[in-house]
Amino acid sequence: MAISKRVVLHFPSRLVEQPIIYKLVKDYNLVLNILKASVTPKEEGLLILELSGAREDYDRGIQYLTDIGVRIQSLGQNIMRNDARCTHCGACVVICPTGALTLDPKTRMVNFHEDKCTACELCVLACPPRAMEVHF
Amino acid sequence: MAKTIQEINEKIRQGKAVVATAEEIIDLVKQKGTQKAAREVDVVTTGTFGPMCSSGIYFNIGHSRPRIKLGGGRVYLNDVLAYAAFAATDLYLGANALPDDDPRNRFHPGEFNYGGGHVIEDLVAGKDIRLIATAYGTNCYPRRKLETWINLKDLNEAVLFNLRNAYQNYNVAANTSEKTIYTYMGVLKPHLGNINYATAGQLSPLLNDPYYKTIGIGTRIFLGGGTGYITWHGTQHNPHAPRSENGVPRQSAGTLAVIGDLKQMSPRWLVGTSMLGYGATLSVGIGVPIPILSEEILRYTTVKDEEIFAPVVDYSEAYPGRSSEILGEVSYGELKSGKILIQEKEVPTASLSSYPRAVEIANTLKEWIMKGEFLLTEPVAPLPGVEAGITFKPLNERPIEDNRRI
Ligand code: SF4
Ligand code: SF4
Repeated sequence: MAISKRVVLHFPSRLVEQPIIYKLVKDYNLVLNILKASVTPKEEGLLILELSGAREDYDRGIQYLTDIGVRIQSLGQNIMRNDARCTHCGACVVICPTGALTLDPKTRMVNFHEDKCTACELCVLACPPRAMEVHF
Repeated sequence: MAKTIQEINEKIRQGKAVVATAEEIIDLVKQKGTQKAAREVDVVTTGTFGPMCSSGIYFNIGHSRPRIKLGGGRVYLNDVLAYAAFAATDLYLGANALPDDDPRNRFHPGEFNYGGGHVIEDLVAGKDIRLIATAYGTNCYPRRKLETWINLKDLNEAVLFNLRNAYQNYNVAANTSEKTIYTYMGVLKPHLGNINYATAGQLSPLLNDPYYKTIGIGTRIFLGGGTGYITWHGTQHNPHAPRSENGVPRQSAGTLAVIGDLKQMSPRWLVGTSMLGYGATLSVGIGVPIPILSEEILRYTTVKDEEIFAPVVDYSEAYPGRSSEILGEVSYGELKSGKILIQEKEVPTASLSSYPRAVEIANTLKEWIMKGEFLLTEPVAPLPGVEAGITFKPLNERPIEDNRRI
């Protein structure tokens, strides 16, 4: 299965001078499109990429990046609710711009409609017990 | 006919007590009438669950060999600074404590991902906590350094002791400024983008006993998933606040100080909490049983969200500047409808206090009582009431002259 995802890569300074992109293409057969790059030697680097390839290659590529110490943030990632942490306080319903988090007026529980979530991440830090999690 | 707490306890022991939550009692009284319901119902249970900043734990870690005197030293628990100012091995940890290297609000809004409240949650969850201490050393306590894991089960005592919880009513927070603000009342969007409130309304303990006729010092309560006690009125207890005809305060009023054995509590009811741009804290679950000793007491417990009013306060200006100006008054009925009309604008509302969890607490307490596991206590002294003449004092700042000696 082929997939295509947008990711933000944060490189610690020690990795900035390594041929990481070359390896992603060569060893993991990924096609990449650079959407934004700010890499200055000796400082942290930031790269926003669109990565496409076979699911397996993509997962291995992401694993490789994680292993060498690149911090990955996905742009089209999944936001998931950790139901064990959610207290159904309701603080997020006024924060979510897309209506993905709504209050059931009867039970006063907060429902999370994944299909409406655009992964804007606004709820992640606004949720007091930090129940909204970013997954890749 | 008036009942006594002893009579109610006798029924609890026999498994015959009739218990309703503060939500159920509303309809029950509507159906049966006050007289009949007061005869039948023995206890009404309440509940509230939300961030309560003036919370913390004290505990005793036992003596190391050789001994160390932590009092007057510096102690960190998972890097969070604890209060070490008692004897050799007693510590206090407040919910708002932070690691020294937490960036706080240097990059505003700070995230406050881990603080005292989170250590308390981890401890009560049975996780090992890293304790790192330095001390100055004495003849009797020679050791100067201690690095060890500690665990709740090995502590001699571990006690939740909260200075101010369960506020009787509270401000409703808004923001009229141009930019988003980050407060203890949550994220408030500009131009009245949202309005946040923070009590359980009709289920909240002190709103169901507005004049503290049954709730007093020594009252046994649901605390953090276990049982606890009311030890005193909480700090900033202000019974003198303006009240509606039904006796319910129209702004923040009474508060409770509570205590309980941490070892029988649970992380479901003591949740480490991060208020973006504000700090780390602890969400606490509290439930108080109200013995129905008379029709009057029953009547108080039938209070509905529509009959409880709170002031809307602008947290961009009035609150930080300590001005008493308000944007209006709203009922919890309106707040819970999801939007309110304020300054001719329809504003979406959100809660910081979890109503479903408040319901769960009231139901749990109800179950405990019905099963005969939880007996009511007679308060040993009342909380200061309206007649106590307490005035809630602001700080009267007095400049310190350069050369004045203490
Ligand atoms: S703010 Fe967090 S805890 Fe509260 S309802 Fe939303 S997801 Fe649940
Ligand atoms: S990530 Fe954005 S869209 Fe998704 S639930 Fe959170 S606030 Fe709503």
